This record gives sequence, structure tokens and C-alpha cells, in this order.
Amino acid sequence: MSETTLLLDHGSGGMASNRLIGDLFFKHFGNPILNEMNDAALLNISGPITMSTDSYTVDPIFFPGGNIGTLAIHGTVNDVAMLGAKPLYLSCGFILEEGLAMSTLEEIVIAMAEAAREANVQIVTGDTKVVPRGCVDKVFINTTGIGELIIPQATSGAHAKPGDAVLVSGTMGDHGLTVLSNREGLNFATDVRSDSAPLNHMVKALIEEIGDISVLRDPTRGGLATTLNEIAGQSNVTINLEENAVPVRESVRNGCSFLGLDPFYLANEGKLICILPQEKAEAALNLMRSMKYGEEATQVGTVLDPENSPGKAGQVVLETPLGGHRLLNMLEGEQLPRIC
Amino acid sequence: MNVSDSFKDPELCKKLLDQLHQELDSPLRFMEVCGTHTVAIFQSGLRPLLPKEIVHLSGPGCPVCVTHESEVAAFLDLAGKDDVILATFGDLMRVPGPKGRNLKLAQAEGARIEIVYSPLDALALATKNPNDTVVFLGVGFETTAPTIAATIQMAKQQNIKNFKVLSFHKMVPPALKVLLEDPDCSIDAFLLPGHVSTILGMEPYHFVAENYNTPGVITGFDPVDILESLLIMVEQRKMGKASIVNQYKRAVSDSGNARAREVMFSVFEIAEAQWRGVGTIPDSGLIIRNEYEEFDAVKELDITLTEVPQTPGCKCGEVLKGKMQPSDCPLFAKGCTPAKPVGPCMVSTEGSCAAYFKYQVTA
Repeated sequence: MSETTLLLDHGSGGMASNRLIGDLFFKHFGNPILNEMNDAALLNISGPITMSTDSYTVDPIFFPGGNIGTLAIHGTVNDVAMLGAKPLYLSCGFILEEGLAMSTLEEIVIAMAEAAREANVQIVTGDTKVVPRGCVDKVFINTTGIGELIIPQATSGAHAKPGDAVLVSGTMGDHGLTVLSNREGLNFATDVRSDSAPLNHMVKALIEEIGDISVLRDPTRGGLATTLNEIAGQSNVTINLEENAVPVRESVRNGCSFLGLDPFYLANEGKLICILPQEKAEAALNLMRSMKYGEEATQVGTVLDPENSPGKAGQVVLETPLGGHRLLNMLEGEQLPRIC
Repeated sequence: MNVSDSFKDPELCKKLLDQLHQELDSPLRFMEVCGTHTVAIFQSGLRPLLPKEIVHLSGPGCPVCVTHESEVAAFLDLAGKDDVILATFGDLMRVPGPKGRNLKLAQAEGARIEIVYSPLDALALATKNPNDTVVFLGVGFETTAPTIAATIQMAKQQNIKNFKVLSFHKMVPPALKVLLEDPDCSIDAFLLPGHVSTILGMEPYHFVAENYNTPGVITGFDPVDILESLLIMVEQRKMGKASIVNQYKRAVSDSGNARAREVMFSVFEIAEAQWRGVGTIPDSGLIIRNEYEEFDAVKELDITLTEVPQTPGCKCGEVLKGKMQPSDCPLFAKGCTPAKPVGPCMVSTEGSCAAYFKYQVTA
């Protein structure tokens, strides 16, 4: 784009808006459905579909391993996929702050287009608003996605059964610590990178090649601990998690220890939890490990009948390396760094 | 295996646990006086593995938990002022004050509050906002007081006049004395704080052994550290002698950090302080010396601590003195939860009630 700075005019619906849409959004997102330029996208889908929406407001907007745009694509693609679906289409709404550098917006849009290509989804409709300085923090993005179900019965957090194995596709806490450690005012040098990635291809392979999957979830906000608590509650089971088995990068572990944070509660944006019968665990792990984004997949726990477990229904019990047990509870709110 | 991992080694822990089971000949009530120990004992899963005759008590070792109601009320009042930016460590954000108000709520209503990781960040905030007064909430023990003192010295050197500290600092050894003087406390031995002792060294604890015949072990935070210290306590009792031992030599020098103490006492002087649940303890607080009074929020912003009625039913005092286990408090997990905390012990990450609520498995 020739213009260097985003003005309120770019959201006015006039010529400036048209230039922004044409020279930036259509240029990078363009596809036959979007290019129709109608008030709505016309889609042809038959059978059950899954749908999910999410709004993205991350600070900082650029971080090692991704940016707010890649997050907006990966996050929604992954949510749509986790019910056992193939994501097809996304909508994309931007709320932009007046004064934003056009080059910043373009960098985000190019990254989104690339992320959508990798996930094999199309952005078919969108919206742009520009608000006065101070009304938003640089850029907020909402994406909504829909996909077609590719299994007979959708996976659900309520389907975990005693005897099932709990697998994760890789290391925990990378995204959460990366964003925190890159926030302004926190001079904290680490080599951590966000794991932001599309997981739909892994989901498709798990469904088609392994099958019989009870639960698929991506442990985003609240991390592994919160997501497992939700699953234990929905399925009315106890989940036993083996602390030593959960993969956490050394740099993430050290950063967490410095800040007084627990990596089990930190967000992931490119990891999934797969719960399925124990006899299928090995095959599922081999498959995940053969795929991009799943090289470090491993079993971290098992689903137990509350009657024969140290805990109650709905609880996650952590088995420590010493062989002791403790609860892994949900947190009340965000983790706050401690005094000493 | 690196050094840090060797202190978590499950095999070594098992050996130490076996030894502890063999050596223990009568019940042992030990108290930790450091929130990080509280969490470490729960987090490692050590608690259910200890011999049943060992009773673990959590003492007044979490700085957030011992912050008095009137002190909380004072900083919440400050949060409402137009030209004030509060800078605080994260732990204080959810601490409940009068009518259940806290800093999170004040922030949502427009108060300017910044979570910082170091008092130096608060000083930088003052430089960045020359038209506002930046008040750093000085809540903590001897561990954090020296860095805050150094920051005040720096503010003086750099002539940063809009930086103030609200010093509610407290010191650990005087609190131990109160517990030892209380006939109802019945503590057999102390697990002494690792972080605080990096500053203090061993000297300030000797009275515990000499005057009260009670063993005290300065301890690190890994399971091997804690088990070794429990064994030291058991051995001392068997031999009928009490002394202060430094188990955490890899971090704590026997003489502490003299330079840090010098900085701390050049800016702060000892005064009486109010402890939540415990009351006023003479010579247990640190206030800013007259020489640095231009940085003292109490004087500069005219802050007076007002009487705040205690919440009925809250047994924080009994819990902090080890007279009651958190789960025996009538409010525990009923009227008092992390979502609706009555006292800071339920909200601080290192509070004993929060640790019980968060970690204890009950089938």
C-alpha cells in the first residue's frame, strides 16, 4: 500500500476503506468466494459442521514464533478441528487503532495468509473497523471458523473413559512464557518461542489412521492443568497425570522458576491433548511423532474410575516424581508473579 | 544430572524417607516459616509420604499473609487517588481488604496499578511519569527489603522525587520469638527460611536453640533438602540438644550477606509492626529512616493506619501460629475459597490455606 499510516478514514466505508480492502486484504487473502465481494459468503456444505469463534488481543502483537495474526488463524482452526472436523472457512474481523503503521498491519496480514494456506482454509468474509487512538491496543482480531465433521461421532470433553490414555503432542508452556517474557517492562532474556501452529492435519490423521478417539482438546488459556480439569469434570472421571512425563523445555522450566509460574497453567497454541483407549496409545504416538508439530508427543497420564483412584470425580491428581500425590486444581484467575 | 536435579532425586528421597521412618521415635511437630517451603512440601508430593507422626505446620512465613488488615486498607485507599500510580509485586493484587475490595477491583474501576518484578521497575515508572507519584508497596521480609533499600538510595542519588515507598516490611526472627513464647504453640523444631537466610545468615536464629531449646534448620526448597533437615531435627532431639544448622549451604552463607544488611539498615530502621492474626510485635518491622523521609509514603502522603475490624470466623491467626490446620478453620472451602477469599492466606500463592485448597487430595 502507498499509505504509511492507518487513519480513521480507512474504516469509513469510502474510498480509503476500499483501497485498504483491495490493496491489502484481497491482495493477500483473495480466493473465489471472497472475491465475489458480496455482503456474505456463499458456501456449499452438507452434513454436520463445527463452528468456533475467538477474539485475539495479545500483547505484544509480535513475539518469537508468531504474531497476533498467526494466532488468530491457528487458534480458530485448532478449535474447529478439535471436535473431529476438517476446518474449511474462516471469517476475519479486524478492529484497528488509528495511527497503526500500515507496514505493521501488512506484516500481520501476510502472516495470516501464509498460516491459512498451511492449514488449507480460506478466509471467505471479513470486516474492518478503525477506532480512535487509545480505544484499542493497536490491533484486535476476531476469527470464526467452520469445518465439516469427518468422524461419525464428534469427539467431546465428556467422552473420556476409565482406562483411556492421556497423550500430549509436545512440550507445554512455550507460548505462554514467550508472550509473558516479551511483554514490555520485563527484561527477561530467554530463547523461548511460541508453539503457534495449525493442528488440523494431525487431527485428520489421528481420526483416519487411528480412530476410536474419545477426546481432542487444545490446551490454550489455562494450559494443560485447566483443560484436564475441564475434561475430568465433563466426563465425571479422575485423571492421573504423571508429573515427570509431561514434556517441558528446559528454558521454559527455568523461566517459570524465575517468575514463580507453573508451566502446567501456561497457554499452548500448537499442542493438543488426545485421549483414547490405552491399546491405541502407541500407534497414535508413533503417528504424531512422524508429523510436523508432533515430534515430542508422549503419554502423560491415564483416565481413572474415581472409585479406584486417589481423588474424586472431576479431579486431576498429579503423581510427583517422589511417588506422592497432590491435586492439580484449576486456578482462580491469571497466574501472578510472587514476592520472593 | 545437574546439581539442582540431584536435590530432587527420587531414589535419594526414598532412602531419606526410609531413614526418617527408622529414626523417628516419637511424634515431631515442625513448622516452616516460609511460604516457598509450604508450597514446596505440597508441590513435591512429600506431605503424604512423611511418617504419620510428623506434623507439618505452616507458620507466619508468607509476607502477603501477615500483612495486617489496616495495612491492606491503607494501600487500597491509596489506589483511589488521582495522581498516584501504585507499583506492586503481583501477589498483592487479590488480597482482600475491607468489604472484600482488592487491587484487582480498584484497577478495574480505574486506579492505576502496575505489577512490577523489581523495585527498579517502579523507579523507572516514576521517571516515565514525572507528573504522578509512584508508590511502591513494600511488603516482604528481609529477602526483598535490601533491594528496595538500594532502590531508595538510587532515587536519592538520581533525585527522583516522585518515587515513594510504603514500607510494611517485616522481620522473621521476632515472629519466631512470639511463637516460642506462646505456650499453646508447641513447636518441636523450625524449618528456617532459605531465602530470608541468604541475607540474615545463622546469627539471628541462635536464640531459638539457646533460649528455647528448639532446633532450627535453614533449609533449601527441594525434597532432599527438606528430608535432610527433618532428619537433623530428629537426631538433635534424640541427642537431647538443640542448635541452629545451615543445611542450605549451597545458597546461604553462615554469616549471610553483610553488604545487603548494611544497605537495608542504612535506609530502614527497626520499629514495631502489626501482623495479621498475630497482632503487634515489637521490633519486627522496618520503617524508612528520617534521612530518606522524602521517599516515605507514610510521611509524604500522610497515611495513618486505621483500626479495621477483624472478619468474624476467620482463623488466620490460629493458622499462622500453627494452632490450627487450615482445613480445620470453619470457613475453609465454605465461606473462604480462592474465588471469595476472606483472608490473604487463601489468596496468596504461598499462603497455607491456598496450598491446602489447591493441593490436598481428599478421596
